Amino acid sequence: MTAFLKLLARNRLALAGLIVMGLVAGLALVTPILPLADPDVTDTANRFKPPFSEGALLGTDHLGRDLLSRLLHGTRLSLAVGIAAAVVAATLGAAIGIIAGFYGGRTDNVIMRGVDMLMAFPYILLALAIVAALGPGLMNALIAVAAVNIPFFARNIRGITVGIAHKEFVDAARLSGMTDARIILTEVLPNVVPVIVIAMSTTIGWMILETAGLSFLGLGSQPPQADLGSMLGEARSALISNPHTSIVPGAMILIIVMAINLLGDGVRDALDPRLRSGALSRPLPATEVRRKGPVPAHDGEGLLALRDLETRFHVKDRVYKAVGGVSLSVRPGECLGIIGESGSGKSVTALSVMGLVASPPGVITGGAVYYDGQDLIGAPYSTLRRLRGEKVAYIFQDPLATLHPLYTVGDQLIEAIQVHHPVAKSEARARAIDLLKSVRIPNAESRIASYPHEMSGGMRQRVGIAMALANDPDVIIADEPTTALDVTVQAQILAVLDDLRRDRGLAIVFITHDFGVVAQLCDRVAVMYAGRIVEQGRTDEILRAPAHPYTSKLMECVPELGEGRRRLEAIPGLPPLVDRLPDGCAFAERCHRVQPDCRQGELTLEATNDSRKVRCRHPEPITRERAS
Amino acid sequence: MTDALRISALTKSFDVGKRLFGPSKAQVRAVQPLTLTVAENETLGIVGESGCGKSTLARMLVGLLPPTSGTIEIAGAALDNADPAVFGRKIQYVFQDPISSLNPRKTIRDILQAPLKHLHRMDGPARAARIREILAAVNLREEFLERYPHEFSGGQAQRIGIARALAADARILILDEPVSALDVSVQAQVLNLLADLKAEFGLTYLFISHDLAVVEAVSDRVAVLYFGSVVEIGSARQVFAAPRHPYTRLLAQSAPVVGRALKAPEGRETELPDPLNPPEGCAFRARCPRAQAICARQSPELTAVGGGVELACFNPLDVAAPDTA
Repeated sequence: MTAFLKLLARNRLALAGLIVMGLVAGLALVTPILPLADPDVTDTANRFKPPFSEGALLGTDHLGRDLLSRLLHGTRLSLAVGIAAAVVAATLGAAIGIIAGFYGGRTDNVIMRGVDMLMAFPYILLALAIVAALGPGLMNALIAVAAVNIPFFARNIRGITVGIAHKEFVDAARLSGMTDARIILTEVLPNVVPVIVIAMSTTIGWMILETAGLSFLGLGSQPPQADLGSMLGEARSALISNPHTSIVPGAMILIIVMAINLLGDGVRDALDPRLRSGALSRPLPATEVRRKGPVPAHDGEGLLALRDLETRFHVKDRVYKAVGGVSLSVRPGECLGIIGESGSGKSVTALSVMGLVASPPGVITGGAVYYDGQDLIGAPYSTLRRLRGEKVAYIFQDPLATLHPLYTVGDQLIEAIQVHHPVAKSEARARAIDLLKSVRIPNAESRIASYPHEMSGGMRQRVGIAMALANDPDVIIADEPTTALDVTVQAQILAVLDDLRRDRGLAIVFITHDFGVVAQLCDRVAVMYAGRIVEQGRTDEILRAPAHPYTSKLMECVPELGEGRRRLEAIPGLPPLVDRLPDGCAFAERCHRVQPDCRQGELTLEATNDSRKVRCRHPEPITRERAS
Repeated sequence: MTDALRISALTKSFDVGKRLFGPSKAQVRAVQPLTLTVAENETLGIVGESGCGKSTLARMLVGLLPPTSGTIEIAGAALDNADPAVFGRKIQYVFQDPISSLNPRKTIRDILQAPLKHLHRMDGPARAARIREILAAVNLREEFLERYPHEFSGGQAQRIGIARALAADARILILDEPVSALDVSVQAQVLNLLADLKAEFGLTYLFISHDLAVVEAVSDRVAVLYFGSVVEIGSARQVFAAPRHPYTRLLAQSAPVVGRALKAPEGRETELPDPLNPPEGCAFRARCPRAQAICARQSPELTAVGGGVELACFNPLDVAAPDTA
């Protein structure tokens, strides 16, 4: 709750709205005990007194009634009716929406078509019709305003409920023996409440306006009772001769609706999880760079070379060292594997290369990335943009998320080609078909017109690879490209990638968590843990005799086919959080070979032979051969 | 040994292209007639690729989906999910995604209490005592009870999911890809925990996974599913050491293994059959290197071939034949 208020207060306009609304509501609450004239007593001798006259601060109306008193009583009534209408509409609308969304199917169809019919009428007309049927009066105006707003809530809440009703925790609740009614009340409702509050906070202003509108037309509050709408209506005939009688209630409506809307926007921003997580804030086109130390020099090794790369995330007052000084290089025709568990920094390393880490919160704080001798970190955005896709291309894990659902795969491929090469569309199309053939998509000529959702996961990932190849890049960075795929499809995709690097001399950086994949595809491998490389070397050497205790333990964890039923090795504990890295070795806490000196000082990545590097003070004995 | 779970001729079809009134445009058969038994205190592994119907089968077994036809018997009694409070005490489910299976707005205590309250009608002190026991069984600290799901890592959240299933005190657990969302180092922790719990409480598991190596490590028997039917079933050792169905062998050869050269084990254009337009005969024949004329005409039935192995194939691989990998 305090966090919510803090977030709300950060929005200046919302805070102003809150203060104004608080004042108005406070005044309305204390109105009956204020020493005011009776709002309904007429005194025709003193009609149309101007504001600031004696005994009537805001003047009097056409019947000589005190305007200040009528205004405060009217505000009280208008607020009460508006809020009551909002509560009624939200309650009924939410109930309808939750039932429709939770049960789905025919129930949903029947209810929502009814709601659609209600929405098909212009809402003020519908409100007029309801009041006409029920007869004028404030209570009936309230019913009418609530009724016309029910569909808005019902549709909003139904959409959210459909998503929640298919969540696994609802199934789990059912298996825990809960009845439908209890599931709706204890599982679904708490997850829907924020949306109801958001919808209410943004609609309550309308409802006050709508009630005022009905009263203005004489269908709401009846004389002599004052509400803001009826005050305006009664003042209409004296609009020119005595404008103050209209201005006073008009200004109050303006103030209330303005304050509520500002406050409502603030409440929505503070409650909406998407806004809170910053998903709607637009990231910079390239990752922010704030390098402090000197830029490491290029040692001439490799086509793509990372030198002491450091990437951090600044979230609130915490600093997550996602990548803590990574050096890697890859040569043409070579495949380098980066292996590690989730949170080890392998994906952030890959994204940092082309400045694709979202900023904020990502910042590259040190190191260099050399492509063909040129430092990409700190290179101008135009350079990065020219190289992205043209020289260094990416393949991502989930092709369904990376392909645009509304364009055919052909259009997307053609776009990728034309961004870098000003060729005619027909030529680009022919090239796109060639690309699809090169990743062995059958019937490429007809498949080019398919939408992503019409293809299977394996076919989509082939399109992803084709797109990465569109401009004949020199380096491909593949971030878990087969993790979401079935094993038989994975085998096919890996074979395609392997052929490509052999035929075209591509350099591939392959990120994975699977030792089997690394063994089959990669020449060299780097093992990452807590943002750093802990071991690096030729794949066959590392797999035969891992030197870092983490590598050897991780390999033992992976079950291999053909070893029968057995107990698996596990690494106790969890990886450390990268915003609170311990002193010394990050793996010490879970390590079976830990010594007291492991927990002190900085560990360096030491070369053990010309290709092998290990970051460990007490590595596994070299003689230890892994039985396999 | 008695059968904990017996499924006979179970099928499930989904309607495609629903209309407000009248019949739907088409039907997709997610599960073909399926017959299986799981003995008490046994772990039956179910492997298959996405779309083979393994999750549909699991959801039918726990009553979250009504079967189209066929019967399910639990401990000799027909499945009856009319009263969730009775049903939930017999069979429970552990979900694939540990985080989304926990309500983000409930504390761990509330989540674990629900089955005790609604299935066993325990009072407050009894619940607190039972929760303490269960937490100890899954190696979680009691201070976690007042926290919310988002504060946990995947491995911890999956332990909470397992604890919830244990709280129902059911003898049969359906484990639907329980470790596929976890990192390998944590995956082993959870698999070992499951093995300990099984021994301690005499549980029966139906373990569903796409990862053959994981299934092999935990299962007594294995059933291989393809396109909604069992194509091979037998003891885990036999099925993986000497696969007889060509699909089982394809699966085994596709898994990347350290020390085996990379080569696509089948043609690169193959696709799964279209469920809206299922092929005549054997569903695997388009991908099968051993397909013959009969495979296109007739669907093979699951038949016992000795050694406790049942097979649905007209032209199975020879047991003695050396692995041609």
